[in-house]
Amino acid sequence: MADIKIDVKGETCPVPLVEVRKALRKASPGDIVEVTGTHSASKKEIPMAVEALGLELIDIIEEEGVWKIKIRR
Amino acid sequence: MMEKATLIVHSGDMDKIYSALIIANGALSMGMEASLYFTFWGLQRLQKGGLEKGSLSKMNMMGLGKKMIQGRMEKANVVSLEKLMTDFKELGGKIIACEMTMEIMGVKKEDLRQDLIDDYGAVGTYINEARDSKITLFI
Repeated sequence: MADIKIDVKGETCPVPLVEVRKALRKASPGDIVEVTGTHSASKKEIPMAVEALGLELIDIIEEEGVWKIKIRR
Repeated sequence: MMEKATLIVHSGDMDKIYSALIIANGALSMGMEASLYFTFWGLQRLQKGGLEKGSLSKMNMMGLGKKMIQGRMEKANVVSLEKLMTDFKELGGKIIACEMTMEIMGVKKEDLRQDLIDDYGAVGTYINEARDSKITLFI
């Protein structure tokens, strides 16, 4: 199972959401997608997308304005 | 059946094309299907080299206002319409061009970016898609 990392630090709406979706489409079931970003609305909205897609949200952490979200495809 | 968002893109104004593409990309990202129906002034943005050519819907000031807003968008790291369009297509978004507008405006298929367009249609095509869409907007 692969670990896919995407970096959207500094990117704004709708890029973080779109890049997560693109990565999840390419991932295989069971793969972990880890996204790192700074856009604060996306920290709330990526979990909403994960729920809508019926996938598993593993972890959200934030340190000094940089968040990291882990999703299992 | 997957949930769907169906948007009519009637305006060709830059800011409104941004709204349409951002909403459509958001819908795709959150697991919906999305279709964009380009009609009237919106269709001009599907002409070759036309995507970024729209003026601002307010305070365009002969293009000065647009320049200013573009500068601010760049500072805020907002992506180009071209990039939003590429993502929209990559995520499976559909583009429909209005045939009546093409007739009225004298636009031929060769004038349009056929690589982006999935279908050419009229009102029936829109209604058929919109009737089972969760979201439908006129922009």
